[in-house]
Amino acid sequence: MLMKGAEAIVKAMEREGVEVIFGIPGGASIPLYDAIYDCDIRHILTRHEQVAAHAADGFARASGKIGVCSATSGPGATNLVTGIANAYLDSVPIVAITGQVGRPFIGKDSFQEADTIGITMSVTKHNFQIMNIEEIPTVFKEAFMIAGTGRPGPVLIDIPKDIQELKGDFDFNGKVKIEGYRPTLKGNLNQIKKASELLVNAKRPIIFLGGGTILSGATDEVRKFARILGAPVVTSLMGKGAFPENDPLSLGVIGMHGRKAANYAISEADVIIGIGTRFSDRSLMGGVGNITCFAPNTKIIHVDIDPAEIGKNIKVDVPIVGDAKFVLNNLINVLKIKAQKDNEWIRKVKKYRKEFAPNMDYDNLPLKPQRVIKEIMSILSKDDIVTTEVGQCQMWAEHFLTRSKPRTFITSGGLGTMGFGFPAAIGAKVAKPENNVIDIAGDGSFLMTCQDLDTVVKEDIPVVIAILDNRFLGMVRQWQEIFYNKRYSSVNLGKVNFVKLAESFNAKGIKVTKPGEIAPAVKDAFKSGETTVIDIIVGNEDNIFPMVPPGNCLKDMMEG
Amino acid sequence: MEENHILIAMVEDRPGVLQRIAGLFRKRNFNIDSITVGHSEKPGISRITLTVTGDLVILEQVMKQLNKIVEVLKVIELYKDNSVLRELALIKIKIENEANRSEIVSYINIFRGRIIDVSKNLIIVEITGDSSKVEAFINIVGSDKIKELARTGITAMGRGSSK
Repeated sequence: MLMKGAEAIVKAMEREGVEVIFGIPGGASIPLYDAIYDCDIRHILTRHEQVAAHAADGFARASGKIGVCSATSGPGATNLVTGIANAYLDSVPIVAITGQVGRPFIGKDSFQEADTIGITMSVTKHNFQIMNIEEIPTVFKEAFMIAGTGRPGPVLIDIPKDIQELKGDFDFNGKVKIEGYRPTLKGNLNQIKKASELLVNAKRPIIFLGGGTILSGATDEVRKFARILGAPVVTSLMGKGAFPENDPLSLGVIGMHGRKAANYAISEADVIIGIGTRFSDRSLMGGVGNITCFAPNTKIIHVDIDPAEIGKNIKVDVPIVGDAKFVLNNLINVLKIKAQKDNEWIRKVKKYRKEFAPNMDYDNLPLKPQRVIKEIMSILSKDDIVTTEVGQCQMWAEHFLTRSKPRTFITSGGLGTMGFGFPAAIGAKVAKPENNVIDIAGDGSFLMTCQDLDTVVKEDIPVVIAILDNRFLGMVRQWQEIFYNKRYSSVNLGKVNFVKLAESFNAKGIKVTKPGEIAPAVKDAFKSGETTVIDIIVGNEDNIFPMVPPGNCLKDMMEG
Repeated sequence: MEENHILIAMVEDRPGVLQRIAGLFRKRNFNIDSITVGHSEKPGISRITLTVTGDLVILEQVMKQLNKIVEVLKVIELYKDNSVLRELALIKIKIENEANRSEIVSYINIFRGRIIDVSKNLIIVEITGDSSKVEAFINIVGSDKIKELARTGITAMGRGSSK
């Protein structure tokens, strides 16, 4: 098939089922955008490339499909990097397409030239530079396959401008076989039997779910497994929503700002089965590399599709390499027990669940974040999507908000990228236009990507941004208060008029200061079908507690 | 226990593969002692010999992380007692006088080295063997006499049918 390189790129994407591209054109991608002009794929022009990458990320997390973003060479590509790194740490499948200077100009420090391949090598699952025009169809097939299979992740394709411009003869029906890439899906049956034996004989088993269970689509299996085993379930931040948090067996998120019940329960368990989690330092805190943080003789079963995650952060007794869905199905078949609904352990964790349920009933002025989350939650349906910015706002949402479905809580877990929540909300809303999408934001984070209010207004992508406005970089301030003798170094923000900010972009803005005003504001915003910024004034020195100080075991939490 | 391990990685011969491997070691804070690269018996496939220092946990991580690189087809560990290890060194040595010359030549003979270039007060010697042999030769000649030294790093192969 004879066509221009740029047309072949578009065709290759159409064949992969791409519905939407988030991006910004530039000098080295003008030919590509000329082909995009004629195609059926929707292109959403963002106002910053970081937003394009995060939006592709949010789209992928909300839909389970592969997100696509695009930028020009040099500064366009470097602006994507934060978003790519964010997707890498949270195992989100995105494909990033970057323009590059023409082949004759590569290596000459040409205008807008950057070594995009070198720069992104350590934050992508794989990257490609297309140096022969005929490679376009196979590179795109390989890129989408690598991004979306195994442990998902970002893949970047760098395409010199002359390749986009030249004509070539393309074969779109070629088969792809990547010899060095064979993800293991089915777990080893002997290992699964060993795991089952440990679980059957456990006195205090606990199920610890990570984001991998959501990626694998294993939420039904997880429920079934938890029922059969009759064990409590905790999650990592990334696993939030993998198991319904309103279920009596759910204890919530563990970790630095996890629920007390969850942190206590995992510390007392005698068998921990971690599924699709990397046992990260924010989940286990001092427990990474320190077995004394757990009950004596605790046994750990680790199920993960990435063999390199096993033994990386924690010593494992029964490793199972495989996809969560496959492994759980096998485990369910092998497990021959009848769940006891009323043993000592279950009674204990249920007591924890009740005793340590967080208090959210505050009527204080200025508003308490707990109250804000409570009111937002009262409006949310189970299919509505919550994204978060990063910092205190994120941890308040993690701790106090409950979610019952996967892909309805989207947050920057690994990289902790401020400015993520709003762009992710854009991507999520594009993926799920029928669902309400709300970004639980902080003023500091929102200011990092707020320019894209222009994008959502122009493209009619109505999202709600609820800012817990405390005029501080709150999480850093909290650390400075607790660990640095209240020396508030470079954390003060101004009193931004977010209502006017929103209005200047032709979006709606509402300021909220009192209890009882938040829920109606969110409800109206959802109903209006317009992008709305809700500026919620909260106390400026509120802290997020409980908190596990760095180096401490999970059970050693600090209270406010 | 920290130990020296020898790994063989079979990789697709594509641009950027070496950068991926070198980048991985830096990114994960692994300690790489030497790396040699060359063609293998299969066209388009390169063979990389790596020597790595670390305990068994680190070694396992190195192997697993290497395996995640798409162009890496296979990673195996070679055990010293069942493998052939070779390093080649080119050494330019200063010759001060006749006595010194015959002393150096006798060392070269003992170490089964070869003189491959001679000029008025300089010779170039080629030594092949495991690293300890190369080091022993360097020590006996004395580093003050060595004008230039080029070592290839270890390249290795399992004996018999062992991989």
